[in-house]
Amino acid sequence: MNANSTIRDGNPLAMLRQTVVGYSDRVRDWWATAPGWARWTVYGLLIALAIIAPHPAIGSFMSPHSHWASLLFSPIGTFVLLAVGLNVVVGQAGLLDLGFVAFYAIGAYTMAVFGTKYGWNFWGVLVVGIFITAVSGIILGSPTLRLRGDYLAIVTLGFGEIVRITAQNTEYIGGARGITNIPHPQPIFGVEFFLDPLPYYYLLLAAIVLVVIFAKRLERSRVGRAWEAIREDEDAAELMGVPTFKFKLLAFFIGAMIGGLTGVIWASKVIAIQPPNFPFILSATILAAVVLGGSGNLPGVIIGAFLIAWLPERFRGFADYRILIFGAALVLMMALRPEGLLPPRRRRAVTGEVSKPETPPAGGDEAGDDRPAEEVAK
Amino acid sequence: MLNDFISQVGPSTVGGLASGAIYALIALGYTMVYGVLRLINFAHSEIFMIGSFAALFVIMQMGITEPLTGVALVGTLLLLLIASMAASGGAAVVLERVAYRPLRKRGASRLAALISAIGASIFLQELFALVIIPEVFDRPSQGRNQVPVPRLFDRETVFSVGNTDIRNDHLLIIGAAVIMMILLDVFVNRTRIGRGVRATSQDPETAVLMGVNIDSIVRTTFLVGGAMAGVAALLYTMEFENLRFNIGFLLGVKAFTAAVLGGIGNLRGALLGGLALGLIENWGSIFFGSEWKDVIAFTVLVLVLLFRPTGILGESLQRARA
Repeated sequence: MNANSTIRDGNPLAMLRQTVVGYSDRVRDWWATAPGWARWTVYGLLIALAIIAPHPAIGSFMSPHSHWASLLFSPIGTFVLLAVGLNVVVGQAGLLDLGFVAFYAIGAYTMAVFGTKYGWNFWGVLVVGIFITAVSGIILGSPTLRLRGDYLAIVTLGFGEIVRITAQNTEYIGGARGITNIPHPQPIFGVEFFLDPLPYYYLLLAAIVLVVIFAKRLERSRVGRAWEAIREDEDAAELMGVPTFKFKLLAFFIGAMIGGLTGVIWASKVIAIQPPNFPFILSATILAAVVLGGSGNLPGVIIGAFLIAWLPERFRGFADYRILIFGAALVLMMALRPEGLLPPRRRRAVTGEVSKPETPPAGGDEAGDDRPAEEVAK
Repeated sequence: MLNDFISQVGPSTVGGLASGAIYALIALGYTMVYGVLRLINFAHSEIFMIGSFAALFVIMQMGITEPLTGVALVGTLLLLLIASMAASGGAAVVLERVAYRPLRKRGASRLAALISAIGASIFLQELFALVIIPEVFDRPSQGRNQVPVPRLFDRETVFSVGNTDIRNDHLLIIGAAVIMMILLDVFVNRTRIGRGVRATSQDPETAVLMGVNIDSIVRTTFLVGGAMAGVAALLYTMEFENLRFNIGFLLGVKAFTAAVLGGIGNLRGALLGGLALGLIENWGSIFFGSEWKDVIAFTVLVLVLLFRPTGILGESLQRARA
């Protein structure tokens, strides 16, 4: 039996849990055993779907209350890219980062400063912005990555706030007023970037596809295996000769790069940025997207980010109450399925230890996880 | 610069100790829950916020508009203390039941618990901004604005040290915090329940074998930590006289910083860390300007973690963690 389908009590919560678990596990197991051509078909279909997604016919259902194509760019697209970046740090390397928004902010500010003050071209800033955020990842990481778990979480939270408040207090970058008149990207391949969100969406989509391929390749590489080892048991990894510090730093470096990339693209569209665009709650929301989708599993993370960005917009009809519902939904979701909608096949604790006190883990983390498709039949 | 510092150091020391005392009281909740469950109770900041609004609710029900004196003041403060402690403590117990226990029972990862806490935190803030402040506090469509609190008593200088006036409100805050710390210290170190708390934080499995009821210990921990946040909430409400649905966030983060600074899981460390953080923040503000106050606090946190990750007094409620 699957660990999660053990019925502990017959309450409605447990029954609802059953349903959620049933569907997402079945999808997961089918995927794991699907042949290569099926996977490529799905990849192709997904990209095709993403390309036709801005069509107004889809938009009229997906977002009756706001402009669908803008929504697809931000928050949906930006959330997805940020979540893929954060997934490298949290999902793959198991480092809890509560200040991821800082890298997004640094990317956006790089675009704004170089674009307005030095008249740089977007494509040039893109390179510089990624470089600068990567360096900031190293600067944050090199002293703090010797810390573990919760300490790291709180230090990164502090870092996020430091970046925001510093932006707010520094007159050179506009202080509390922020920066306005950020230039749009120059035309490329004959595509003009102006107020229409569509070209930005496709730009972001291209970035997402590239980053996802990159992240997927990393996951399968020596680096990915090192991260997995660190996430599972840092001491054991160290003993086995994995240079843990170096790899943790690399995770921060890559996560920061992706965050910065998102920031640069986003800032090039929105014309004006201000420090309050980068609150802590954004870090928390992205983290929620990663965990909700299934930390460590890219498709899950993408779905999680999509849902977290889309649902509140879809239900704008509830006006103000959507954030309240979002909060309640997070609590409920964690009670129903703490490992996320689509967890990686090898499920495990993300921040080091499964809370082992009190209860023996219900069914165990290892038991029933590496099991092939016979589970599907049940 | 140095002259500025010398002329301002007295007042900012007193102010720093007062805000530090409030940080310390909130830090207790973080430190106790962390000691027992190894969990950052992220929604603790909202527990604080609930306590402060409970105090305001009672103030409004009593129809206080003029500053009070004498027996009326003492009686009112005691009543408010009970109200805010009960509200915060009760809310903490409910929070544990709703947001943490289901996860704990399933052996979910600590990351899941953190997300659940963040969700609860968002929910409670929005609940106040959308429903409770507009309806209960009768401020329709102003749920996200500041809510002013009537002045409870006039600020008076009790005595002066050099050029520094020591005011009655500062004395009250620092005194109340110290008394609460002593009571809590006695509770944890001298009572039977306190022994259960310590046992659980040292080794939950063995504690169960020794007949400790973990669920009840966890509930007590949340109750006591919440009640301490309630005390902090009353003091904050009285001192700063302005509430908002999100006041908890920054105070919460700083209180957690204070807990880490003193050594997380260490009750006396929380007091020391809170006071130290309040002082560093206020002294630093003299040099860098008060808009950098929060940056100073976070920088201190980073530095402490780098050079002494176990905090000033070390982790003591439980075994040191790797």
